[in-house]
Amino acid sequence: MNKDTSHINSLENEAIYIMREVAAQFEKPVLLFSGGKDSITLVRLAVKAFYPAKIPFPLMHIDTGHNFPETIEFRDRLVKELGLELIVRNVQDSIDQGKVKEETGRYSSRNQLQTTTLLDAIEEFKFDACIGGARRDEEKARAKERIFSVRDDFGQWDEKNQRPELFDMLNGDIEHGQNVRVFPISNWTELDVWSYIEKEDIEIPSIYFAHKRKVFLRDGMIWSAEDDVVYRDENEEVIEELVRFRTVGDMSCTAAVLSDAVSISKVVQEIRESTISERGARIDDKRSEAAMEKRKQQGYF
Amino acid sequence: MEVLKIATAGSVDDGKSTLIGRILYDTKSLTTDKLEAIEKTSKQRGYDYLDFSLATDGLVAEREQGITIDVAHIYFSTAKKSYIIADTPGHVEYTRNMVTGASTSQASIILIDARKGVIEQTNRHFFINNLLRVKDIVVAINKMDLVDYSEETYNKIKADFEALMSKRDYQGQKITFIPVSALKGDNVVNKTDKMPWYEGQTLLEHLEEIDKADIFNIGTPRFPVQYVIRPKTEEFHDFRGYAGKVYGGNLSVGDDIVVLPSQTKSKIKDIYFYNEEYETASRRSSVTITLEDDINVSRGDMIVKDGDLPTIDKQFTANVCWMDSNQLTAGSKYIVQHGINKVLAKVDAIHHKIHPDYSGIDTEVSGLGVNDIASITFKLNKPIFYDQFKNHRTNGSFILIDPQTNNTVGAGFIQ
Repeated sequence: MNKDTSHINSLENEAIYIMREVAAQFEKPVLLFSGGKDSITLVRLAVKAFYPAKIPFPLMHIDTGHNFPETIEFRDRLVKELGLELIVRNVQDSIDQGKVKEETGRYSSRNQLQTTTLLDAIEEFKFDACIGGARRDEEKARAKERIFSVRDDFGQWDEKNQRPELFDMLNGDIEHGQNVRVFPISNWTELDVWSYIEKEDIEIPSIYFAHKRKVFLRDGMIWSAEDDVVYRDENEEVIEELVRFRTVGDMSCTAAVLSDAVSISKVVQEIRESTISERGARIDDKRSEAAMEKRKQQGYF
Repeated sequence: MEVLKIATAGSVDDGKSTLIGRILYDTKSLTTDKLEAIEKTSKQRGYDYLDFSLATDGLVAEREQGITIDVAHIYFSTAKKSYIIADTPGHVEYTRNMVTGASTSQASIILIDARKGVIEQTNRHFFINNLLRVKDIVVAINKMDLVDYSEETYNKIKADFEALMSKRDYQGQKITFIPVSALKGDNVVNKTDKMPWYEGQTLLEHLEEIDKADIFNIGTPRFPVQYVIRPKTEEFHDFRGYAGKVYGGNLSVGDDIVVLPSQTKSKIKDIYFYNEEYETASRRSSVTITLEDDINVSRGDMIVKDGDLPTIDKQFTANVCWMDSNQLTAGSKYIVQHGINKVLAKVDAIHHKIHPDYSGIDTEVSGLGVNDIASITFKLNKPIFYDQFKNHRTNGSFILIDPQTNNTVGAGFIQ
C-alpha cells in the first residue's frame, strides 16, 4: 500500500469506499448485475470491500430474455463460486402481464422495457439502494450523474435538481419510497475497467473476446445472426466474421466489432488504439441526441 | 500514471465548454463518432467552425439554451497523466456547483473573456477557489483572437487579477496566467505563433507539470470507521476488522492509537487490503484495520494516533456556503455530515455574511439565501472530532443536510 498512488489504485480505493457507504447507509441494497464487464468489475470490488466477510447484499439481474447465452452461463457460475444470492426478474413476465408492449419492426429492442421490470422489482423487494456499473465517460447525460443519485417514487431522475456532492461525503438520506442509484465506478473510463480486469485477472464472458460468428451488416454496424432475437430482413446477407462485443447488453441493441483480440491484453491494446467510442455500438443511444437523458428521466438505469 | 482533477470556472459565454472541447480535440481524445456528431450538429446550425462545446454540454436544456447548467465530468489522458475535468457552470445562481466541482479538484482553470476582462464573476470564481484552498490556479485569458492577440490587453487583465490576489486569505496558491483562444486552438495544447510576446507554457504543458504530491495537504492521519467487518465464519471466527479510508497521513502496524470518542487506547495489529496484509496503509487507501485489544468500535468512531488528537467538541465555527432555496436562519436545525458521521446541529449564531467578490462583509444578517457564504457557529447534540480546514482538507469540512427534505443544503469549512 506504500506506493499506491497510481490511477487505477486510486479508482479502486474510491469504489471500495462507496461500496462500504452503501452497506452502512442503506437497509436493503442490491447490486444490479447484467453479466457485462462493468457489473463483473463491481462484484470484484464488492468482494474486496467486505473481505473476509461475504458481500452483504444480493445481486439482481433484470433479464430481457435476449441475453447472449454465454452471459447467463457465466452469471450462474460466478454466483455459485462466490456463494452470492441472485435475484432474477424477467422482462418477459412484464410483457405477459401486459405492463409493457413488445416493440416490433427493424429496430425493435427490449432494452427500454427493462425499466418497468426494474422499477417493479425495486418495489417488490423494497430496495433502497441499487448499485450499478454506469460510468460518466459513457455518454454526455451520464457525465452529470452523481455517485449517489436519488430517484423518486416513480424511479425518475430529476437532473436539474441533483444533490451537490462535495469532497467524498455521500448523503444517502431518503424518504420512504425513494431509492438511490449508486455508481461506484463513475470516474472510471472504459480503458480503466479493462486495465483493472487485466490487472486483477478477472474472468469475463467469452463474447468479449474475438470469435467467429454469423453476422449481418446494417447501417454500418455488425449484428449477430446466430439467434432470431435481432430482426433481419431477408435481403440482409449473413456472413461469418471474426468479431467481439465491446458491451454486452440486450442482443437486440448490441452490435459487434471486427476484432482479433483473443486475450485481455489484446483487448486493452485494441481499446487504447480505438477511435470509436463504446456506446457507438449501442443503437439505443443513436435514436436521438438526447436519447439517454430521456430514458434516464423515465427511470432507466 | 497519475490522475489530476481539475475544475473549470468561467462566466456565461467565456467559452469554457469550447476550451474543454478544444483540449479533447487537440489531444485526440474525441472519438470518430463523437466528432462526427459534432460536425453534423455544427453544420445543421450553420456554423462555419466546429462547435466543440457540443462535446460537453450534456443535458437537453443546456443544448437548447447554449449554456452549461450542471457539473459535468470529462475524462481524457495523455501519455503522462489521466485527467478528470469537473466542468462547472459560471452563472451567479449556480455557485453551489462551482463549490462542488472545486471540492474534489487539485487544480482549477478560471476563464476570462479577453474582451471583458476581470468582472464580478471572476472575483467570485477566485474567491471560491481561495475558500476551498485549491492549490494550483490557471487564469486562462480566452478569446485572444478577438482582441488581435494584444499583449497590452493581456497585461491589463493580468494586473487587474493580481490586484485581486492581494485580497486573498490563502497565500499558498500558485497562479499562472496563459493567453489562449479556445476556438482557434492557440496555446491550449499547441503553441501559437500569434502571440510571440508570450513565452510561457501552453495550458496543457502547464497541467502536465503540476506535481500531484505538491497538491495534497499532508496532515495527520485520521481514520473514520466506515463499517465493522465481522465475518462470523468458522475460518474467521473472531475476526473484527474496521473498514475505512485513511486521510491525511499514513498508519502503520504497531502504531499506538486512540479510538474516539471513547478515548480508549490500543495498537494497530494488522492492516488488510482484501486478502493481503500490509505494514502501512497510505493516505486515501480503503483498508481494513484490526486492533490489539478487544474494544468496542462502531461506525462513526475515529481512530487517530496517540498524542495527535483532533479537536473534540460539541460546537464549532465555520464558513458555510449555502446551497438551498429555503433560507438558513439562526436557531434552525440541520444534520451536519462530517465525513461519514452525522450529528444533529443547531445554528447558534450567524456572525457575518461574506461577499464572495471581495467587497467586504455584512454583519446584519437575518438569514442566508442560495449561494450566500457566511461565518456561522453551530451547536451539536454530540461531539465530533475535527481539524481546521486549513490544516486538514477532509477532517475540516462538512455538509449540511435538511432533515425535512434530506437534501444537501450547504457545505462548510471549519475555522
